[in-house]
Amino acid sequence: MTTILPSPRHGPPLLEIRDLRTQFGFGPGTVNAVQGVDLRIAPGEIVGLVGESGSGKSVLALSILRLIQTPGRIAGGQILFDGRDVLAMSARDLGRWRGRDIGIIFQQPQGCLNPVRRIGWQVAEPLRQQERLTRRAAWDGAVSLLRSVGIPAPEEKALAYPHQLSGGQAQRVMIAIALALRPRLLIADEPTTALDVTIQAQILELLRDSCRHAGTSLLLVTHDLGVVARLADRVAVMYAGRIVEDGPVATMLDDPGHPYARGLLRAAPRLGQSGGERLQDIPGGIPDLSRAAPGCAFAPRCGRRASLALARCLEEMPPLATVRPDHRLRCWAAPDATGARS
Amino acid sequence: MSIPPLLQVEGLHVRYPVRKGLFGGVVGTINAVDGVSLTLARGETLGLVGESGCGKSTLGRTVIALQRPSAGTVLFRNQDLFALPPDQLKRQRRFAQFIFQNPRTCFDPRRTVGASVRMALDVQQMLDRQDRDEAVADIFRKVGLRPEHRFRYPHELSGGQLQRIGIARALILKPSLIVCDEPVSALDVSVQAQILNLLRDLRAEFELALLFVSHNLAVVEYIADRVAVMYYGRIVETAPAKQLFRAPRHPYTKALLAAVPSIDVARRDDPVPRLGDPPDPARLPSGCRFRNRCPIATPRCAEHEPALAGVDAGHAVACWAAEGAAIPISAMAGG
Repeated sequence: MTTILPSPRHGPPLLEIRDLRTQFGFGPGTVNAVQGVDLRIAPGEIVGLVGESGSGKSVLALSILRLIQTPGRIAGGQILFDGRDVLAMSARDLGRWRGRDIGIIFQQPQGCLNPVRRIGWQVAEPLRQQERLTRRAAWDGAVSLLRSVGIPAPEEKALAYPHQLSGGQAQRVMIAIALALRPRLLIADEPTTALDVTIQAQILELLRDSCRHAGTSLLLVTHDLGVVARLADRVAVMYAGRIVEDGPVATMLDDPGHPYARGLLRAAPRLGQSGGERLQDIPGGIPDLSRAAPGCAFAPRCGRRASLALARCLEEMPPLATVRPDHRLRCWAAPDATGARS
Repeated sequence: MSIPPLLQVEGLHVRYPVRKGLFGGVVGTINAVDGVSLTLARGETLGLVGESGCGKSTLGRTVIALQRPSAGTVLFRNQDLFALPPDQLKRQRRFAQFIFQNPRTCFDPRRTVGASVRMALDVQQMLDRQDRDEAVADIFRKVGLRPEHRFRYPHELSGGQLQRIGIARALILKPSLIVCDEPVSALDVSVQAQILNLLRDLRAEFELALLFVSHNLAVVEYIADRVAVMYYGRIVETAPAKQLFRAPRHPYTKALLAAVPSIDVARRDDPVPRLGDPPDPARLPSGCRFRNRCPIATPRCAEHEPALAGVDAGHAVACWAAEGAAIPISAMAGG
């Protein structure tokens, strides 16, 4: 059984984001939700994008799809998909690109399905629109897609309406729609957060197998490190609109370099390990993204800065430095090259 | 003569009618709580876990008389809550408080949070009027906020701050029991840790008993002394927390534990239990209600429902197979 595939670093990435900036609002109250993100996703790679609410991870995912609506806007940067400039696409090209090459899965499947259409037609719709299939052929295609995502008795279930599905089934239907056209990139924003743990385990397995078999890349946005451990090849941690660390999943979940990434690991209670020992919380809360402060956004909450009494952290934003070929880190206090120890 | 427990629940049933059609004719019932008995000692924390729809929230609400049961009794501080006249029930409510899941939706948006907390004292007519504001300031400090936070409105505060105020509102009445219904599910992990630690500290300081309802098993393991696993209205396993997480006996408990994704990357390919979809709660199977998802069900399970039976000190399981050999979790993973 394959476990962790080596990250295909060489060769052209499928998706390349350069210095992406997304803002909401105008004037002095402008919220800088994404403040210069660089990220690459290789073909077939599963990247976990981790962060707490307000870190900008969902806004980043929506920005990639150009789904940011006013008063939000992409204020700068570049998004390249297979070498094509997404931000320069015409509305028509954009629609075709989203339909053909991208699949999207959101947190609340019931909210994304049309309540008055049979699910079979909703799965068939991309086949009809993009592949120009006949009604009959699209319906048959939908039924086999529903079967492939593990819907029991798919011929009958295709006739059901969304309210007749359980949460887990509805998410399977969403995955079927997302995979209908064999997209090259799947974007899943908290795909299992609304589901029970027993259902979550099965949906995660389905997502992983679907991506592995079809060679689909996956950007998995989540706050749950357990979900990341199950699926991701690589993990990027976001804080206050920036990526603070990005590395292979084993490193990131075992011995990350950034104090925030380390804090997240220690703050989550783990099955079979807790009991007597006190959880180490991260004091304080996330900063106000409408106020530009100099220095590292995490510095006010950072225990490492406090213990080392580093003044630079409050004055100058550290760069996202490459500490190893596949590992980037944004911290002044991190010893370079060898990875950080606190 | 032993000390009576703080809370004693006997044979509790809560049924909801299932209505259908234009005129809302009753077509069936859902037994959200279907014969639950449990006890809670002073200062003890009982974790109540299960999937959504298993009745854990209904049970939590019923034991502090936020809703009436269809049958059964709740003895709280030696008083039968559902036999008390309204004024005495109101007096008992002081001692049993509630913390809600989403702190964003449980405060009046047009009232300062300090006024919301003070209202608890006003309703219960505790302390002299002039002392109440000082008490609110004190309790704000206790939950890790500054007294100035009293004058803020809910929209000005973060989720973690609001949950601290939710705790303050419950705590200010000096209760002996707090039912916490998913108190950290809406919070980020760094804030979740803050709130869990706060609850642990306050529990010790105020000798609080907690009924901690959650779907998050790791959180329950962290906070609970004892755990009860609920499945569609019934408690199917209960044990001291350590024992339940180390040596679960019920196949449902085992599946729940095995389904939690581990942070350990080396275990990413561990088999996941395949329980299939949950049943329609209005049409549970005969006999054991778990049997249609159970990997080790036998014909006996279809005939009789197993009762909660002790297998070890403080450890009880409702399963015909539980007395037998340990069930390996690998048997639960399908191909």
